[in-house]
Amino acid sequence: MHNIISERLRQGMRTCGFPEEPAAFPERFRGRPRIDASRCPDGCRKCAEACPTDAIEFSTGAARIDLGRCVFCPVCVEACPEGAVAYSRDPAMAVRSRGDLRVQGDEIRLASALEKKMLALFGRSLKLREVCAGSCSGCEAELVATGNVVFDLSRFGIQFVASPRHADGLVVTGPVTANMRHALLETWAALPPPRIVVAVGACAISGGPFRGGPETNDGVGELLPVDLYIPGCPPHPITILDGFLRLLGKMESRRAG
Amino acid sequence: MSALTARNGLPFLLSSVPVLDIESARREALSARDSGERLIALFAAQRTEQDDPRVHVVTGEDATSLLHVSSFDVPGRSRSYPSWTPEWTEAHLFEREMAEQFGLRPEGHPWLKPVRGEPPLRGPDLFPPQVGARSRLDAYPFLQAEGDEMHEVGVGPVHAGIIEPGHFRFLCHGEEVFHLEISLGYQNRGIERRLIGGPDKRSLLVAESIAGDTVIGHAYTYARVVESLSDAKTSARATAIRSIALELERCSNHVGDLGALSNDVGYLPAAAYFGRLRGEFLNLLMDLSGNRYGRGLVRPGGVGFDISVEMASDFIARLRRALEDFAGISDLLFDKPSVMARFEDAGVVPQDVAEELGLVGPVARASGCQRDVRRDFAHGAYRFAHIPVATVQSGDVAGRALVRRLETERSIEFLIERLENLPQGTLQAPARPLAPDACCIALTEGWRGEICHVALTDGTGRFSRYKVVDPSFHNWPGLAMALRGQEISDFPLCNKSFNLSYAGHDL
Repeated sequence: MHNIISERLRQGMRTCGFPEEPAAFPERFRGRPRIDASRCPDGCRKCAEACPTDAIEFSTGAARIDLGRCVFCPVCVEACPEGAVAYSRDPAMAVRSRGDLRVQGDEIRLASALEKKMLALFGRSLKLREVCAGSCSGCEAELVATGNVVFDLSRFGIQFVASPRHADGLVVTGPVTANMRHALLETWAALPPPRIVVAVGACAISGGPFRGGPETNDGVGELLPVDLYIPGCPPHPITILDGFLRLLGKMESRRAG
Repeated sequence: MSALTARNGLPFLLSSVPVLDIESARREALSARDSGERLIALFAAQRTEQDDPRVHVVTGEDATSLLHVSSFDVPGRSRSYPSWTPEWTEAHLFEREMAEQFGLRPEGHPWLKPVRGEPPLRGPDLFPPQVGARSRLDAYPFLQAEGDEMHEVGVGPVHAGIIEPGHFRFLCHGEEVFHLEISLGYQNRGIERRLIGGPDKRSLLVAESIAGDTVIGHAYTYARVVESLSDAKTSARATAIRSIALELERCSNHVGDLGALSNDVGYLPAAAYFGRLRGEFLNLLMDLSGNRYGRGLVRPGGVGFDISVEMASDFIARLRRALEDFAGISDLLFDKPSVMARFEDAGVVPQDVAEELGLVGPVARASGCQRDVRRDFAHGAYRFAHIPVATVQSGDVAGRALVRRLETERSIEFLIERLENLPQGTLQAPARPLAPDACCIALTEGWRGEICHVALTDGTGRFSRYKVVDPSFHNWPGLAMALRGQEISDFPLCNKSFNLSYAGHDL
């Protein structure tokens, strides 16, 4: 008993100050990417050509990044001869609709809060059931990390529960493999309405590295109505926290990052 | 004619691999087994529908660091050959995999069923989904038993926690587990099929995504395959940075596992502290690579990010603190009699069973098997700096926990030494085309054990076949054996003590 107490004192308080204080990230952290189109030479498509998941498109003239496809790798930054592509250290990038993930420059419409009735139901207590549907387990690792003493998701009334019957929402990772499709839909069917769906990570949003393959779907959006998209590969725990808090209307008066 | 001798990460021409007849290949393999070699990989390849499928055999001798490679053709018409499994248990899952991927029927296989419910890469579909089936795994034929008070417990694919999907079927007599059958494949994303025709712009990303907690392990192995086939010379500095990342990955996972084990026996102080400490290692990887799992760091030819002098000294200070914290928390866990009472004698895998199944990594070392790729098939920085191999004899949950503790301490010491003595060199060698009609076998000691990648190139230097053997592929049967005669309530603890990858197995 004595050693438990002395170790407890030595370990101290570890919970991060987010969201009251902005989270600190190291210099190389790859948060939300930005393309400064004013620096793009005419006709240059080097970033788009190099991108392993075709997340960059020039169809409207200026470059657009699809944060739902982006795996946050350094390839585009290194391919750009002009230094026009860069990752910021901004962790906030969760949105409510798939289209909001296609961003130009610095503009992004971050997730708004749930509708009034849903907010009244879930705002103080949100129970989530996670289903891994073909993720590499990177997203699982970060979802588990949101529950540790540093990020401490449960201080906001958000918890992961064992049974879909106890859950208000489904958190899905992975592109949804052919072999997991049925189990995912069964789990969804077991959730009592009203219920929400959260897609976490590039695979769940767009299929990620596996997009277009016969063994997988291209994300959960093909199968279920998604209420919140949290991009990343995997998303940092702060990105996940930020997304959940925005959905519950707890970030509106605060700035993230 | 005997097998070709190869070395970890060195290329050879495919034409130098002897093609034996079916019976000689079997005799050759069994004599390798008799002299103590392990079955590292056994896989089929077939370039066109007209070719006969060819089976490639890779065995390894830990004591001499030598790999032996041979092959045999299976007639395309019959697609059958006598099974090796009755005489060599290690072939069991590999033969099932070849049946599923290439329609090769091992005659006399005692347990022929799908491995992961994936569509064939080539050849006939031996396990086609039934009409109206919801997935290929629907009709999986589980072992059944009948008798008074016998009952079955089915768990998964969706589990209670935030973990990957898999189905566990327990055959129980009361609380006692007679047999556990593990049916996987829910995570199958077609990794091997996607790598055929590469390297292309997505290949490295696919390799990083084989198992998300082993990004460095798989990316490093993939990079070594590409470098070897393209004769790229990686600098000593890049090699050192990779081994630093690999050991950070090992520490983060081992520490996380110790926390999860603490949690599973309800010892929450250690669970909370280990959980926090795991993050310190992930944060070091993030400082280095911009991502907590090291994505983007390793690439063919070297690494994408350097370690400056300031970063090295900052890392050393943080690692010293982590080592102190780790010692304090470990003492808390390992000195607690009620914890050790739960860990000891739970889920025992005796050494002879571990040897017979060909287990790898910490799980094998906890059962007394002396094997570690970092020593036995040393490559890169491990050729010059040795990490003592941590082995214990007990084979139980306590043993698997203790091996993780010892390995974490030794890895932190290794990390500090490497950071104090970073060699000079360029970060990345230029990319070059791959040699045509060549092959390379690369082994890496990931945190779960031996990662094996084998690449075969075609006449234009593209991958005609890419075989991935995640350590979990060897180790899942070990978990099934650990449960025999256990109480079913000990399953979560035993499972955690293995902590195997579903994605790495399912590919």
